[in-house]
Amino acid sequence: MNEKPDKLIDKKGIRGDGRKADELRPLKLQVGVLSNADGSAYIEHGKNKILAAAFGPREMHPKHLAQPDRMVLRCRYHMAPFSVQERKSPAPSRREVELSKVIKESLEPALFLELYPRTGVDVFVEVLQADGGTRCASITAAALAIADAGVPMRDLVAACAAGKVDDTVVLDLYDAEDKLGCADVPVAYMPSLNAVTLLQMDGILSPDEFEKAVNMAMDGCKKIYALQKEALKTKYMVVKEVEE
Amino acid sequence: MSSPITKVRLKQIETLLEKGKRLDDRGLLDTREIKIEQGMIEKAEGSARVLLGKTEVLVGVKIETGEPFPDTPNEGVMTVNAELVPLASPNFEPGPPDENSIELARVVDRGIRESHAIDTAKLCIEPGKNVFVVFVDVYVLNHDGNLIDASAIAAIAALLNTKMPNYEVKDGEVKIKQGYTPLPMKSHPITVTIGKINNKLLVDPWLEEESVMDSRITFATNEDGNICAIQKGGSSSFTPQQILEASKIALDKAAELRKKLNW
Amino acid sequence: MPAFFEKKQLVTPGELLAEGDYLPGENTFVENGKIYASRIGLVDSDNKKVNVVALRAFYVPKTGDIVIGTVIEVGFNGWTVDIKAPYTAMLRASDVLSRPFKPQNDELSAVLNAGDLIVAKIASYDRAHDPQLTVGEPGLGKITRGQILRVTPTKIPRIIGRKGSMISMIKQETNCQIILGLNGVVLVTGKTPEDEEVAIGAIRKIEEESHTSGLTDRITQLLKEKKQPAKLEENKVE
Repeated sequence: MNEKPDKLIDKKGIRGDGRKADELRPLKLQVGVLSNADGSAYIEHGKNKILAAAFGPREMHPKHLAQPDRMVLRCRYHMAPFSVQERKSPAPSRREVELSKVIKESLEPALFLELYPRTGVDVFVEVLQADGGTRCASITAAALAIADAGVPMRDLVAACAAGKVDDTVVLDLYDAEDKLGCADVPVAYMPSLNAVTLLQMDGILSPDEFEKAVNMAMDGCKKIYALQKEALKTKYMVVKEVEE
Repeated sequence: MSSPITKVRLKQIETLLEKGKRLDDRGLLDTREIKIEQGMIEKAEGSARVLLGKTEVLVGVKIETGEPFPDTPNEGVMTVNAELVPLASPNFEPGPPDENSIELARVVDRGIRESHAIDTAKLCIEPGKNVFVVFVDVYVLNHDGNLIDASAIAAIAALLNTKMPNYEVKDGEVKIKQGYTPLPMKSHPITVTIGKINNKLLVDPWLEEESVMDSRITFATNEDGNICAIQKGGSSSFTPQQILEASKIALDKAAELRKKLNW
Repeated sequence: MPAFFEKKQLVTPGELLAEGDYLPGENTFVENGKIYASRIGLVDSDNKKVNVVALRAFYVPKTGDIVIGTVIEVGFNGWTVDIKAPYTAMLRASDVLSRPFKPQNDELSAVLNAGDLIVAKIASYDRAHDPQLTVGEPGLGKITRGQILRVTPTKIPRIIGRKGSMISMIKQETNCQIILGLNGVVLVTGKTPEDEEVAIGAIRKIEEESHTSGLTDRITQLLKEKKQPAKLEENKVE
């Protein structure tokens, strides 16, 4: 069912899905899509379809996990059984547990944890369809959900991956490139504060290639950040139009 | 964990019920607006999303191959799983399925299985050895009441959207070929849930009504006008007359919806 | 010394607002001498102070605030109350009973039970302790009738209006008693549910259009229209 291509990037520099090396997949963002969550957002990034919700700040359950001097951020990254080619069991996998942790740690720097001691903010991410780069898309949506919940933030967090396929450093790997390429470098970034909050790597890169990849990913993050701002403004802008 | 319904609100609901009205201006027998979308999850063999008022349920269908059950060696297998994911409600906690999630899955399953909605006889690849296994995964995305009906409709819509891969058996091995065929379906059951508050029966209870209702009863019916599954839920009881009345209401509403959906 | 915004511009968290000779106001923070927005909202400046009026924020308790809450649980010596804030509030039995509280004899659930609505005042609140409520003042206590609606807490001042002018007008025109909890919970009690609906409609409209101009006129208009439908019908017959 999955044919392995000979080359992931052809002589003209065009990738398997028609993109150039530094092109982002199409992105669609919507804010405020769930009525029960305090804040929510939906992202379509390439074929990724991900829903994120934020609840809080609210009392922690169980209570003993609360911190006396700050707010606690909890994050759960979870994939629907039908989100991938081969059905995935709904029980959390080790990968989901790790991703939950790194996503949480990519969002924490954006929050003023000391403002609301003894409370917690719970962020839930559900991957409805996965096609490579889900942790980045999840962070992008989760940051919007937190902002939509009215939780004060230093900045929005945008995330994007870069990597290497067939000797070329490329931006925003999709599933096939992720699986068959040489390296995958997901990055989360707060542009206003010039702060990287997530950085991981799978694969092998020379120091030069690594620098190129990180810069490429940060550029991607900046483009995504602009889309995040637009999505937030679109939701709240409707309110403004009433003025004549 | 959200706070209990206030007494003032409860009184409001009861006062309106006496007049045959509900908080959202519906009549006792009115369903909320239903929106159905199919095929949004391309990686799934079939998918559908249902909006019943603000209740939102996504169902994905995955098809794999596997061993048949020993007592039905020539038939395919179907299994239904439901997830009440935490983002759908402040009252849902992460973790393994609890009794509500399991009840939801089993009631949806019952409606599909008992009505023979899926033609499982056509899902046999090699009798006794290899059959198609249909995984129906119900994903509740937003809980605003009546998860059963929303999930059951989404499940059928997803199954109607499902395509099975073509295959051939060569030298005892199953080889997947190009192309797909629609999942063979024999029936399209429709589920109607009725809640009871102060001995008044209401169709399609929404979230606030559910926190007040003393019991609910669900009927799954097929196109022949026969009932193929029933589930009573909640800590109170129904009189036999109420059950008969509810069943008539359910059959009527199901027929109405069947016409609208062309099922 | 620059400011980077226009009056009432819609800003998002992390957006740079001003540098240098400005002071950080509501929903802003300072980093490296620059002032940024911390919430989505409309930015404005008052003298040298840069404020962001948040379009989305939750209520943070403040001593002295009047709030409306729901009793969640009856405890051993008081009640836990949900005031739609990050912290649950406590109401002590000793505050409600007019005499000393005797744990063996007094049945707290007879006084207030889970599901009861109360209007209370925040008696005390600090970072280390959950808010404590009091109902020991006139106008506070259990609510027995009316309709509750929730609005974004930041909109409450606009619903009150200058010197209470907006809320007074709504009360007058609809004949309703309206209590505005600073936690964004509003109680509307009228003679008929229809009157209550008109008041609720007006409040919702203010919430949606709070930052636009000409709102007072539009609300006045809305209340007049809803008030006298009978009279309009009479005119039509002509």
